[in-house]
Amino acid sequence: MSASLAERARDGDRRALARLLTEVENRTAAGEAALKALYPLAGRAHLVGVTGAPGSGKSTLVAALTGEARKAGRTVAVIAIDPSSPITGGAILGDRVRMQIHATDDDVFIRSMASRGHSGGLAASTVAAAAVMDASGFGLIFIETVGTGQSEVEVAAIADTTVVVQSPEMGDEVQAIKAGLLEVADIVVVNKSDRPGADRAAAQLRAMLTVGASADRAAGDRPRPKRPDVMLCSALTGKGVPELLAALDRREAARSSAGAGARDASALKRAEAQISGILSQRVAAGLADPARAAARDATLAAVAAHEIDPFTAADRLLALLGRAAEG
Amino acid sequence: MSDATARPIKVLIAKPGLDGHDRGAKVLARGLRDEGFEVIYTGLRQTPEMVVSAALQEDVDVVGLSILSGAHMTLLPKICAGLREKGMDDVLVTAGGIIPDDDIAALERAGVSRVFGPGTTIREVADFIRTSVKRREV
Repeated sequence: MSASLAERARDGDRRALARLLTEVENRTAAGEAALKALYPLAGRAHLVGVTGAPGSGKSTLVAALTGEARKAGRTVAVIAIDPSSPITGGAILGDRVRMQIHATDDDVFIRSMASRGHSGGLAASTVAAAAVMDASGFGLIFIETVGTGQSEVEVAAIADTTVVVQSPEMGDEVQAIKAGLLEVADIVVVNKSDRPGADRAAAQLRAMLTVGASADRAAGDRPRPKRPDVMLCSALTGKGVPELLAALDRREAARSSAGAGARDASALKRAEAQISGILSQRVAAGLADPARAAARDATLAAVAAHEIDPFTAADRLLALLGRAAEG
Repeated sequence: MSDATARPIKVLIAKPGLDGHDRGAKVLARGLRDEGFEVIYTGLRQTPEMVVSAALQEDVDVVGLSILSGAHMTLLPKICAGLREKGMDDVLVTAGGIIPDDDIAALERAGVSRVFGPGTTIREVADFIRTSVKRREV
């Protein structure tokens, strides 16, 4: 029956898509089966990660970009992630508040996700959810992270293009040269350009992020930081939003026309992120299997008593799982 | 592999109509968060169509409607009908705010499962949701 849910989602049934996303989010067997069916159809959409500090205007900006894309008749999906409580598991998912102007547009699909204990700014099922939307025909997919600090950079590993949103009050040039979030940006947006200080913040970011970047030196094998575009925009008034969407489209066009190599780079990173997530999930599920409880508990007890070291213990448990996979 | 029993219940808290007072809705949203629910809040001045569409896209278990404007007899039945029309008969609908006792029976006939009056505790709402929500099969 899940196959028909996948088929219905693919054929444009929004209710089926919503139900399927729940299965995927809850990591049910039905969700996994549907993903297997839909995965070959995905890989066409432009996945745009939007990240930045709480209150920097990510949701409002995504809503504004969505409106701009809709003017051209494009279909847009949004995954908006907000944090789960580490104490109760509950969450307030409030990003839709800024996006409700698109609520009744059938060609815009907005889905909130709670992070459910996953750190890094995303939820564990975000990439899978994006693949389902991609296979359902949405050409532009925004992935809005939780409000991030300086180092939640996971979105860059799963998005084709990463937008980091800053507000004019971001701080001085020292903030701009710190490692972390700003390093993974393809485009840095200084939002709220209607406020004082925005031009200065953009100038500081440009000076620090682009002038000093060393991509033009002989690099050897050392990974090079990106040289992001720095753009000013006001999601509230709409100023700069068409230019930002155009910049996103140029990135996507460049990536597509650069041939398989450039396109593969982000797809490979995404594949790696997905598979490592699934691997750790599988390992955890394998160890939770009651059939292995005795061996697992004995190993844990041996480490707790300092009879064996944790590295040896981990190797033993992996070997245990490996035998199960072969058998 | 399925852990459907452990997954949080998803609740949409919406304010249909034109009253601009959402302190109560926000306090309830926060309280339900503390009860372990995933609460989607959509903000003020929602049309019935917007509420139905948000409930559909988010695939929620519960729609909680806060209304103080007096338009509940028009808006709430429209939302219940809209949910049914989209095949979401299994979504639990509750309401709160300022709703006269005389209107409750009619709202229940229209599809609202429970109307919570002023003075209701968050615990009461949470307990009602936990016992009433329908766990769905795919």
